[in-house]
Amino acid sequence: MSEVGLYPVLVVSTILFTTGAIGVLSRKNALIVMMSIELMLNAVNLTFVGFSRHAGNIDGQIFAVFVMAVAAAEAAVGLALIILIFRHRTTVDLNHFNVLRG
Amino acid sequence: MLQAVMFYVFAVLTIISGITVVTRRNPISAAVALVVSFFFLAAMYVMLGAHFVAITQVLVYAGAIMVLFIFVIMLLNLREEGPSPLEEFGVRAVGGLSVAGLVGTGIVVAIESVAYEPMGPIDANFGTIEAVGEAMFGGPYLLPFEIASALLTVAMVGAVVLAKREI
Repeated sequence: MSEVGLYPVLVVSTILFTTGAIGVLSRKNALIVMMSIELMLNAVNLTFVGFSRHAGNIDGQIFAVFVMAVAAAEAAVGLALIILIFRHRTTVDLNHFNVLRG
Repeated sequence: MLQAVMFYVFAVLTIISGITVVTRRNPISAAVALVVSFFFLAAMYVMLGAHFVAITQVLVYAGAIMVLFIFVIMLLNLREEGPSPLEEFGVRAVGGLSVAGLVGTGIVVAIESVAYEPMGPIDANFGTIEAVGEAMFGGPYLLPFEIASALLTVAMVGAVVLAKREI
């Protein structure tokens, strides 16, 4: 990787993060919004690993592993919530999730 | 030279599958594109010397989290309905694109403002399970590791309580 350097890694990470942000902000399907959040978390992981390689320090990789643990917890709880809402409303369209009352 | 070519191939494929995730109508297509994106990201982690993170990416993300996603999509029996993402792109999409463009511009300005030296050589065992394990259990990361395990337990109990019909 010494031929490539850190800069292209950061560019790829930026493009992935922005793609995920567009998905979160403009899609209506709750499941695809959650997948876009996973995409954003992965872009951040790529930055952590890139800087870890750049600095020759292992700490960034440990942070990447912690991000994965948090992402797993978030996916489990988020999908449980989507199942719960789907039972009440029979849709996963975010535009229909507009009341707090169940 | 070969390494650089492989890196750019993986980078382009990661971005293409990432864009596919956001533009698909069918959630299953988006989920499969996301799995492809995770595999190419794992390849990029290997090229950056993070072997343990790459294996974890395949096992945890492509294996566990995406199976959960696909399981939920099939459980809910979602069909393609409504307008395609391109038609659905209305006011929300303009807002989304402008906010995301603003965030992206901020990141670009930040990464352009730093001078990058080329990456130096690394040890043969950089990023192996042994190195990550020593750093995680032999340093200041032992307490965060235990907190992460508590978080996973809480999330597991919470998910079961939320999704079960009667407890």
